[in-house]
Amino acid sequence: GWKRGSSFLPGIDVTDTKLSTSAFLLLHQARAERFFRSDHTNNWAVLVCTSRFWFNYRHVANTLSVYRSVKRLGIPDSHIVLMLADDMACNHRNPKPATVFSHKNMELNVYGDDVEVDYRGYEVTVENFLRVLTGRLPPSTPRSKRLLSDDHSNILIYLTGHGGNGFLKFQDSEEISNVELADAFEQMWQKRRYNELLFIIDTCQGASMYERFYSPNLMALASSQVGEDSLSHQPDLAIGVHLMDRYTFYLLEFLEDIHPASQANMNDLFKVCPKSQCVSTPGHRTDLFQRDPGSVLITDFFGSVRKVEITMETINLTPHTETALAYVDQLPVAQIIHQKPKQKDWHPPDGFILGLWTLILLVFFRTYGIKHLKHIF
Amino acid sequence: MGLLSDPNRRRALTNLLTRLNTPICVLCYLAGVAWFMGLAFEPFTLRTYMSENAMGSTMVEERFPAGERALVTAREFGAHKRKSGAMPVDWLVKTMQSRGLEVYTQSFSRRLPFPDENKERYMVRGTNVYGILRAPRAPRTEALVLSAPCSPDNSNNQAVGLLLGLAQYFRSQIYWAKDIIFLVNEHDLIGMQAWLEAYHHTNITGMDWAPLHGRGGSIQAALSLELSSDVVTSLDLVLEGLNGQLPNLDLANLFYTFCQKQDILCTIQEKLQRSDWDSVSGYSQAVQTMALMVLKQASGRPWGDHGLFLRYHIESATIRGINSFRQYKTDTTTVGRLLEGMFRKLNNLLERLHQSYFFYLLPSLSRFVSIGYYMPAFGFLAVILLLRALDLWVQLGALPSVTEDGVGSRALPLQSSSPSLVSILTPVVISHLTGAALYTLPVLSQELAVQHFPVSETEAVVLTAIAIYTAGLALPHNTHRYSSIAKQGWRVLKLVAVLYLAVLLSCTALINFSLGFILALTLVPVAAFVTPHVPKVLSAVVMVLLAPGCTLLYCVFAFQELQEAPVSLIDGWMLFLSVISQGMLDHALYGSLVYPLLALFIYPCWLILWNILFWK
Repeated sequence: GWKRGSSFLPGIDVTDTKLSTSAFLLLHQARAERFFRSDHTNNWAVLVCTSRFWFNYRHVANTLSVYRSVKRLGIPDSHIVLMLADDMACNHRNPKPATVFSHKNMELNVYGDDVEVDYRGYEVTVENFLRVLTGRLPPSTPRSKRLLSDDHSNILIYLTGHGGNGFLKFQDSEEISNVELADAFEQMWQKRRYNELLFIIDTCQGASMYERFYSPNLMALASSQVGEDSLSHQPDLAIGVHLMDRYTFYLLEFLEDIHPASQANMNDLFKVCPKSQCVSTPGHRTDLFQRDPGSVLITDFFGSVRKVEITMETINLTPHTETALAYVDQLPVAQIIHQKPKQKDWHPPDGFILGLWTLILLVFFRTYGIKHLKHIF
Repeated sequence: MGLLSDPNRRRALTNLLTRLNTPICVLCYLAGVAWFMGLAFEPFTLRTYMSENAMGSTMVEERFPAGERALVTAREFGAHKRKSGAMPVDWLVKTMQSRGLEVYTQSFSRRLPFPDENKERYMVRGTNVYGILRAPRAPRTEALVLSAPCSPDNSNNQAVGLLLGLAQYFRSQIYWAKDIIFLVNEHDLIGMQAWLEAYHHTNITGMDWAPLHGRGGSIQAALSLELSSDVVTSLDLVLEGLNGQLPNLDLANLFYTFCQKQDILCTIQEKLQRSDWDSVSGYSQAVQTMALMVLKQASGRPWGDHGLFLRYHIESATIRGINSFRQYKTDTTTVGRLLEGMFRKLNNLLERLHQSYFFYLLPSLSRFVSIGYYMPAFGFLAVILLLRALDLWVQLGALPSVTEDGVGSRALPLQSSSPSLVSILTPVVISHLTGAALYTLPVLSQELAVQHFPVSETEAVVLTAIAIYTAGLALPHNTHRYSSIAKQGWRVLKLVAVLYLAVLLSCTALINFSLGFILALTLVPVAAFVTPHVPKVLSAVVMVLLAPGCTLLYCVFAFQELQEAPVSLIDGWMLFLSVISQGMLDHALYGSLVYPLLALFIYPCWLILWNILFWK
């Protein structure tokens, strides 16, 4: 079979002929080796909007605009799992039926003609979301509703809705906590369902959702810190609701400049929507990520870029001699799994409890006398 | 020994209670009154804010263009109304149909228990006309109502004109998620009651109405419009409904935010808001506004056509256009835009308004006092009654020991123990029978009175009521013949009366705080100080002056003063008589509970206290 590191590439030479042949070959060899050592071969996206009802129009517009960018950069519908309540376009209150706008004055209709919603309406539940992530779906689930990723997949997960400190509200009746989400990602890691994962969340106090992550190769971005609210943007008077949230609006503007060959990296993404534009402070977390964020391309997650290099020369590739890290050894497990929660500041016991116990003790001793103390001590 | 089981300690406590009782009662009364007055002081109030998430801000683009056309329609309506003398049903039906609504009519008739002299009607027969604008894409499960009254004289033509103009504009929009019902009701409240009863398939008041042929789903909110001039200088919001019920504060907040957006002057109780709360005149303006709201709420009558919707848990308010001498005038188009904005926001609602307060007082349109802040004012007054009851209980408990020490004979304690049940019940039963007579006899005996006296039916009813009320004052001379009670029996009766009054006033204050508070202001001092041992003549005069009837008289004068239309004594008395007749009519027509409460419960309670005063 095919063994990585020993491929053979015939083709047409399109490189610069000014370089000397040997240097040229070495350069290509290095690049080809790097290419085959990369663990990333395919891209997936899971885009979730957790709100329903007309006044949460902006959450659906957020998700649809990220969907639009991701599709434009190359990820096909078969690799996107889109979960929306989908009650905006055909809502009775929508003055422009069959549209969802993301810019005021109706500049951009993100609903379009080719939106494929995989989970709609009341199917957007915590259970379905976790089943999609972990792959534990009944056999009858159609392919469009599954996340069929493998250990070479880069997955983009985008969540938006109403959230709080440590939880995200799903459709007014349930919540997902940050611990559940971290455990779901760990399950994905252990089942080898991702290579690298980018997690973006645009809710109030979004940073609390990535606090508990402990699996490797996770990078997370949030629109606001704990204690801050993410604000809405784009009030449209004709439609009567806010059309977008600030963070995703500026994220969309940033992504509009990205094209499949763009070399923009994650450090640029971290700079999206500073406090002056967003009013809240976006945050990010990269300590679990192996690579340096500066070397991670935006298109690694947002696009599905096929890396094809054509050369006329034969390149000999040396077999990979480094001992491959066993999957589970890549980070010390004991250190990850037994992460202690951050020590909260010690507060003296609540006054009420103290007072209650003092009262109980006083009544006891008043009724039965001090002489009973000796029975206790 | 425990604090309460040790007889020495207990005696010390009860002595303290007896000694300090009167000072504490006086203090509590003053505290209650001071708390109430302090409610209007601006730092103690909260700014109003929109609580309902679905309604959000005033982010909506109002584009209603047809104010002038609405005025033309209003003139047509006025002309047809004058020609036909009553509601021009055919013209209304034709106009509404031409605007694309589903039009239905409903006829109703009602014979009042006695003629209404204020509105000059006795046998009322009328027709309501309403058109339903079906939501283009929504199922017909919810509805909003916009209503305008058809008044017999030349008023409210512009309201109907604007209603029809809005109907035409709304018909061309596609974003309605609820049906909108445009209702023109005849004979104001009577027509509205007939329509609501038919809509909800209930028959509370015994009216005769035809069933509705068209319906629109459960009504989420209703607005009633009263507009009698082509331009307005301000818009007044009327919130008080039947039995003092108020709509959700979010409706008032919605009106206020849209008034600010359209730059229209808006008022409540027809009083302007002032920004200088720390000056005396600013504070007194706030107190006057709040006092007007309290008086209106206490009267229990609906102060606008919206007042009857509240009983069905439909949040509603009346918007009244006022044209006074001010330079800045608002035209009909702007009023139309305000209504359009309000309706678009109400359209966004997913459930009934419930996020904001249902019990509140408004010293101005942008400041409110919620139930948690105003209830202690009443609580202080109720505590006085409880303290008195406790004091009486202590006195009753101390009596047997006093007589044992004093006389020492075995027979006496049995005699001076609590008097028999019959002797206590007699004054109670007789007082309640008098109250029942006050409730039923005036209306029943009007023919008899008209035959024997040269008065009209209304005057007969009112004067019979006053006669029965005054006759009750003579009762103590009658009840004493049938009772042979020990000298201390009055304490038990007073205990019963005080506790009865406390329960009555507390229950009233829970439902209608204003009524409970006003009654408490006058009845609690009476209940607290009356004993057989106080100087009889002076106390009798004071008691009559603080009786429920006189409280009503003072309220009438205070209401006129606060509205800056003070009346002379004669006019005030005539107004008082008409208030009594209106109260009885409200009870018969719409189910207002103020008149039965006063006649069947408060007045007998006062009579029991009157009995105690004349105890022998």
